[in-house]
Amino acid sequence: MKATVKLFAGARELAGQEQIEVELPAEATVAQLRAALLADYPALGPLLPHALFAINGDYATDQSDIPDSAEIACIPPVSGG
Amino acid sequence: MPELTQQPLDTAPLLSSAQSPQAGAVVLFLGVTRQQTDGRETIELHYDAYEKMAIKELTALETEARQRWQLVECTIVHRLGCVPLGEASVAIVTASPHRHAAFAAGEWLIDTLKERVPIWKKEHWADGTTEWVHPKGMKK
Repeated sequence: MKATVKLFAGARELAGQEQIEVELPAEATVAQLRAALLADYPALGPLLPHALFAINGDYATDQSDIPDSAEIACIPPVSGG
Repeated sequence: MPELTQQPLDTAPLLSSAQSPQAGAVVLFLGVTRQQTDGRETIELHYDAYEKMAIKELTALETEARQRWQLVECTIVHRLGCVPLGEASVAIVTASPHRHAAFAAGEWLIDTLKERVPIWKKEHWADGTTEWVHPKGMKK
């Protein structure tokens, strides 16, 4: 499946795009997404190991499954406040 | 209900809506753009958010704070976009019958916001460079 990943802050700056697309196997996990992004978008390398991912607006773990047509976001370490 | 806004934060209505005969204590926390960070000079900060999720997380924080402490009022407002020196990026108002709960809840809310809510700041340094702030060691 083709997944679209929203980017923010430093991740957006490194990729030069607000969202990116990546090809994933069916029933992929967040860990597989992380690996695929690292392979396809090496510019994200410095941030990816520290980033979390959100699926449909909730934090996911590396073991989380990615449902079809989910809203996926890359959440680099946050710094609000 | 939490709020995200591009406008300067107006604390007067936040405070007046938190004041009531049930609340013997009203505490306001403001996070303010600081000029000096680790010896470097800041001109201004820019804030960006994953807005839909930030509202969801801020709502969860308010709900959790109301479960942990006896609060009459609990409101978080975060500013996005450019926040000049000396202006507030975040306002947290807590009100409780006695002061301890309002102070404790306010401190927990800002600490937890900084760990959990998908909002980011970008430093605009005096030397003309910019830098997104991504603290290492974010909890997984």
